[in-house]
Amino acid sequence: MSGRVFLFGNDIDTDQLAPGEYMKGGIEAIAAHCLEGIRPEFAKTVKPGDVVVAGTNFGMGSSREQAAEALKRLGVAGVVARSFAGIFYRNAINLGLPVMIAEDLSGVEDGAVADLDIEAGELRLSGKAVPLEPLPENLKAMLADGGLVPHLKKRFAATA
Amino acid sequence: MAKKPATTLAQKIIARAAGREAVAPGEVVTVNVDLAMIHDSGGPRRVEPILQDLGVGLWDAGKVVLISDHFVPGDTDEGARILELTRQWAQKRKVAFHDGLGICHVVLPESGRLRPGMLVVGGDSHSPTGGAFGAYMFGIGATEMAGVLATGEIWLKVPETILVEWRNRLQPGVLAKDIMLALCGKLGMDGGQYQAVQYAGEAIRALSMQERMTLSNMAAELGAQAGLIEPDETTAAFLASVGGDAGDWQGLKTDPGAELLAHHVFDAAKLEPQAAAPHSPANAAPVTEISETPIEVAYIGACTGAKYEDLKGAAAILKGRKLAPGVALSVAPASRMDQDRAEAEGIMAVFEAAGAKILPNACGICAGYGTERLGEDVVAISSTARNFKGRMGAASSKVWLGSPLTVAASAIVGRIADPRPFLDEGAEA
Repeated sequence: MSGRVFLFGNDIDTDQLAPGEYMKGGIEAIAAHCLEGIRPEFAKTVKPGDVVVAGTNFGMGSSREQAAEALKRLGVAGVVARSFAGIFYRNAINLGLPVMIAEDLSGVEDGAVADLDIEAGELRLSGKAVPLEPLPENLKAMLADGGLVPHLKKRFAATA
Repeated sequence: MAKKPATTLAQKIIARAAGREAVAPGEVVTVNVDLAMIHDSGGPRRVEPILQDLGVGLWDAGKVVLISDHFVPGDTDEGARILELTRQWAQKRKVAFHDGLGICHVVLPESGRLRPGMLVVGGDSHSPTGGAFGAYMFGIGATEMAGVLATGEIWLKVPETILVEWRNRLQPGVLAKDIMLALCGKLGMDGGQYQAVQYAGEAIRALSMQERMTLSNMAAELGAQAGLIEPDETTAAFLASVGGDAGDWQGLKTDPGAELLAHHVFDAAKLEPQAAAPHSPANAAPVTEISETPIEVAYIGACTGAKYEDLKGAAAILKGRKLAPGVALSVAPASRMDQDRAEAEGIMAVFEAAGAKILPNACGICAGYGTERLGEDVVAISSTARNFKGRMGAASSKVWLGSPLTVAASAIVGRIADPRPFLDEGAEA
């Protein structure tokens, strides 16, 4: 499924992804304000299949997993970044949101048509493919199951 | 007998928790969790639906500690409802519950439950605070916490260690907070690379436990998974004072010659008080180099900057002095225990005499919660850990970070100020 690239810079923090002001509400309310501080139209214009592309340390800050959940709720196919903050990275995988590291994102433009292929490990753009670092095996398995909860269900079912 | 290879403190703790002789950096291992800390925001309201979905209970209720701090004091309908749900869950699941006693990262050590060498997870990003006690403690999100509560296990990529050594001693008026702002400035907010940072050196060994907690707390701002300090007599004495037990801590250290990712050496004696400009802790500079910056709000709060010693230091500067015209000072002591001690020693009276507003023992505006959020265009200086855009209020507000001493001095002067001229001046109330 292809979508459009939403391009962001370095150090996108969890207060941008899930503003504290809306944390007492449900994920719908949080998602509606996702990234509004730096890109007010984001939540309104992002469509299922779109890809968030960013620089280094994406998701730094809080452990609130609504930061990853908001992107998933908005239908984002995944986040490709030069690097991720550790807790955000774990949260995203746990919630079944693909997070992929790319060493070189030069030439990726905002609004470009893109297709995030986790299996092949590349972000395909018209005329080029950006290689992505392969996920560790344990995380690949968890993502394939749809996140930590379905992964644990499988495990509990197997041992029942 | 073959000599054991030199290993880091992080490796020793993780190997033990994984039931292994040794582990190597980069390995993915599954570890048994010794203690899990959760709070009212990411805790019951988020984990219970997942436990129900999985159809399981807690792996060990005795190893779970619940602390309410985010929605305290429950001054909105939704906040009050979340607190009620939290209280009911504590009863139903039979877990230790510290309700309204302060911020989890301060209340957990006060409870005496931390012990050097433990593998601990916390449902909050400032969970590395536990590393001050020589525990491998790190923050996780709610879904992952539900997984821990269901299984007692978690996966870890064994970290490399970044040794941060501070030689000599800090000068008067310079605190652990200044060390952390300087480190954020020098290494950047991803300088920790989600590995283990270990603080070492004479300046660190000389610090009290509350100061060490500030260092480990802000390992989060360095982007490290954990912020460790080798346990010593100071650790053992603190734990004994809160009814805890340091256990067998002597061997919990990084061996000489253990492989490190990096070894940074700094001179603590040369460190000046720091302040970090909006909107990142990495925008740190010595206060002496910051151009005149008027402030309207001064905030002493959070697990990072409102513990007993923070309050004591700030009050020593404020005693007998007045706030600059137009400056509002708020103080939110990090825990009830810290506030009670400050009360008994006349420290809270100093804040009250200065006209400070005393706020609940909770995360409050540091986490963007509560009724005191910063308004449009407000310029503030805060003893908290983070000054991301919009975190503490309006997106147009501008938050500077400093030590509690720097916040107090700035409140008196009305602009960002060096606390050192206010030390030992002996202003009389």
